[in-house]
Amino acid sequence: MENVFPSSLPLWACLASLLAVPAIVLFRREPFLREGATFVAAFTKFAFVLAMIPIVTSGKVIEFTLIDGLAGVSAPIRFRVDGLGLLFALVASSLWIVTSLYAIGYMRGLKEHSQTRFFAFFAVSLSATLGVAFAGNLLTLYLFYEMLSLATWPLVTHHQDKEARGGGRTYLTYLLGTSIGFALPALIFTWVKSGGDLSFAGDAILASTDLGPAQGLILLLAFCFGFSKAGMMPFHSWLPGAMVAPTPVSALLHAVAVVKVGVFCVIRVFTAVFGVELLAELGVAIVISWIAAFTVITSSLIAMSQDSLKRRLAFSTIGQLSYIVLGVSLLSEHAVQGSMMHIAMHAFGKITLFFCAGAIFVASGKKYISQLDGLGRLMPFTLGAFAIGAMSVIGLPPTGGLLSKFYLVWGAAEAHQIALLVVFLISTVLNGVYFFPIVYRAFFRPIPADETPAEPGLREAPLACVLPLTLTAIGSVLLFFFPGLLLELTQLMTGAE
Amino acid sequence: MSDQLPAILLLAPLFGAMITGLVGVKDHRFCFPILVTSLSVSLACALALVFQVQTSGPVDYFFGGWTPERSPLGVGIQLRIDGINALVITVISVVALLTAFYSLRRIGEDNTEKTPQFYMLFQMLCVGLLGISVTADAFNLFVLVEVSSLTSYALVAMGSKPRGTLAAFNYLIMGTIGASLFLLGVGYLYMKTGTLNMAGIHEILLDPAIGHEPSVYVAFILILVGVWIKMAFFPLYGWLPNAYSYCPSTTSCLLAPLVTKVSVYMMIRVMLSIFGAEWVFQSLGWSVTVVWLAIFAILAGSLLALAQVELKKMFCYLIVAEVGYMVGGAWLASHWGMVGAIYHILADALMTLCLFLAGGIFAKQLGAERIDQLGGIFRRMPITATGFTVAALALIGVPPTAGFFSKWFLIRGGIESGQWGYVGALVISSLVNAVLFFRIFEIAFFGKNPPEGHGHGHDEEADPSSSAGQPTLFGQEARLTALVPLLITALLVVLLGVFHAPIVEIIQQALQDLPVVGVPTPPSDPTAAVNAIR
Repeated sequence: MENVFPSSLPLWACLASLLAVPAIVLFRREPFLREGATFVAAFTKFAFVLAMIPIVTSGKVIEFTLIDGLAGVSAPIRFRVDGLGLLFALVASSLWIVTSLYAIGYMRGLKEHSQTRFFAFFAVSLSATLGVAFAGNLLTLYLFYEMLSLATWPLVTHHQDKEARGGGRTYLTYLLGTSIGFALPALIFTWVKSGGDLSFAGDAILASTDLGPAQGLILLLAFCFGFSKAGMMPFHSWLPGAMVAPTPVSALLHAVAVVKVGVFCVIRVFTAVFGVELLAELGVAIVISWIAAFTVITSSLIAMSQDSLKRRLAFSTIGQLSYIVLGVSLLSEHAVQGSMMHIAMHAFGKITLFFCAGAIFVASGKKYISQLDGLGRLMPFTLGAFAIGAMSVIGLPPTGGLLSKFYLVWGAAEAHQIALLVVFLISTVLNGVYFFPIVYRAFFRPIPADETPAEPGLREAPLACVLPLTLTAIGSVLLFFFPGLLLELTQLMTGAE
Repeated sequence: MSDQLPAILLLAPLFGAMITGLVGVKDHRFCFPILVTSLSVSLACALALVFQVQTSGPVDYFFGGWTPERSPLGVGIQLRIDGINALVITVISVVALLTAFYSLRRIGEDNTEKTPQFYMLFQMLCVGLLGISVTADAFNLFVLVEVSSLTSYALVAMGSKPRGTLAAFNYLIMGTIGASLFLLGVGYLYMKTGTLNMAGIHEILLDPAIGHEPSVYVAFILILVGVWIKMAFFPLYGWLPNAYSYCPSTTSCLLAPLVTKVSVYMMIRVMLSIFGAEWVFQSLGWSVTVVWLAIFAILAGSLLALAQVELKKMFCYLIVAEVGYMVGGAWLASHWGMVGAIYHILADALMTLCLFLAGGIFAKQLGAERIDQLGGIFRRMPITATGFTVAALALIGVPPTAGFFSKWFLIRGGIESGQWGYVGALVISSLVNAVLFFRIFEIAFFGKNPPEGHGHGHDEEADPSSSAGQPTLFGQEARLTALVPLLITALLVVLLGVFHAPIVEIIQQALQDLPVVGVPTPPSDPTAAVNAIR
């Protein structure tokens, strides 16, 4: 029996950013106070999340019921913080602080319009993200999942031009379409099937039902495609489309919050809705494995052909997300653990890469990889951080990406899926193929003659842009040397199974 | 006093209408206070009745003291309030009261001369609708349906738009046909059973010798089709879109949320209280057919809504789809389908009110009647746009709004009775609603033609009409008399969703006396599919 620790901490952690919205709107004429409100909220949120670490690592689970459901009628709105939820919340809330700093530098540097709206919806999105992380049952999870889709739409379409409208349309069509079309019916079916249980506590929801393989497969597919924020093919095209957003949005939401919410939901579906044992018995998870494997390889191949830096990163994200789905679908202990760790490792690596892409755009106005010749000499910090981020995503030492990839490969061997193990290895090579040319170009190609600056010196982006990306790059390296907390939190999850 | 609540509930607006006729005509200033007073009294009664029903079970009231003992044939007029109609009358009074406040500044523009007449009709309509909800007498049901219908024909015709008159005439013809069929059905029932009291009819129909006679089937079908016309159930919806979109804004805010929903309630009442679920779902066995009709209603309503360019017309077709939700849910022959249908009566009344209030404000403040005229509403009218957004999210079915939970119950009912087509239709309709409303949000957010290329450094809105001057936060916002009802409605839509548990508890309590399932079902019945799933 799990050790329950009742506390309202998760509620406050979730609300911290939502409560900042009135302050952000109120100070809309005072940019410094407005951004101050964002920072206060970000640090408060992080503090609340930090406060939960000792409780969770001591083997307890924090629970808080916001609204009680009626037995047999509907599930309560309940928060429940376990190792996985806390891990995700830590990643999201710590990166929000850095991203806020970066956003200020980026948005001011480019003199973007409607910054108040931007920061307000950013805060709402963070609340929704933590809501997903701390969701104690499928209903709460779905509630915050939808809230996140809607709250990020104004961010994705921030530029309010034709391109943004198109991107926004694709974004909502995919995310709302799949969540209403697949996830909601699957959710209600699970409710009916389990006799009114949606809770993540205790045994998996469907563990003791007589679910057949055919029904199981349909349900699993409906969940995995329904949570299309996970970007599994063929429901992935919203992600490249959403790259029309300002870069801070792409960075936090599309490398960290939104997409990680997707894979987080998928992990919950595997571990808490079906349960690893039931899936092993049904033998249907292998279908998801192969869809994910296909996504990993295909998206890497597509990424190679993209010249737009942000689009290349977007396709790389699609592939990395499917690593996580693939890992958890292998059902072996270390693969699941690797999946959970990869949420954190990839977050730090990929956010660095997006920050760099944005910094390059702010400093030089360049969006395409073919324009980057010699830029490393003008922006050594940015491109240096880019190299570290790329190494982490590829999985090279000394970056955190190596660890999660190691666990994933180990898990694949454990599950005796040699073919899928090879997929991981091929993909690693492909990652290298699409990242190293960028680094090579930036540092080893000469600066084009017509772009040679008149006077020598650095051409870095503003400090508010460079500092965050340096921090996250350092974070990627630190995660390699000090992965203790991550390992502990993920072991709490797999050890319990 | 408290045992007279059901009478006061009806008499308050009735007397209010009479006093308006006497005093209001002399001085228009009296009209509004009278209206608000009478509706507040009704609301208070309704709330007290909800409480009373919850603590001590259904309330029976015999008008003029004609108890069954004194009138063995049941000719006395009985009112019966159980959990279901206690909730329905509460929603009716709330919607009417909110609309009353909205009408304060609005009505003068719609028909300056006829304000007292309008308020008289307004209150008579409430009498009719509240009466339909509480009566336990089949013939009185017909009378009250006519009271509400006749007043709504007149209300629709009062508008200044020339097409409104034609729409009202169309409505009148259709409505009268429906009422005639209804009356005919009630006549058949009276012929067979010799009573008009609902419980009395039900008791006699339990006898298979009478209950299985063809004339009883004919009676049911006549009543059903009559009610379907009144609620604009597909394919009998033809009168609705024009009638609701060419009438004055206040009228549509009053009629659209209430009339169709009360008709759905009436159908459920006829099904459960007069004929009984066992008779309807097993002897008649039309469940699957009607659910398929409902599926067509949902799909047709959604697709037709998609084809509209006028805001109000779009809302009207959404009503057609929502009626399909409720009829389908009620005919699923499953407990949760019925709970969902009843819950959706409440939820949809509030959602529709919210939509029509917002639409009315847009039409007034911006002169925007078409979807493509709604550019920049989030900046120009942030409060109204917020209310509109809440209604839109509820219609899409985003938690924690009421719309999500009604879908939750309805889909659950659909799964439990194995009606996958119905589940699919609900999902498709949600998706279509998402497209509908995000199309509007998009126009609101981007303006009609967003600029080409990258929008960096823009400080002005894309929409040219909004670029004049630096707007304040409440720039083109409507008056408080319009905004407050809208915000209250939006809040209620969310609260009804968040606190669905007590509401569903009341509905479930009421359904214990009127069980939808619980009778042994033959294997051919769709409810048997539940066992197949498990």
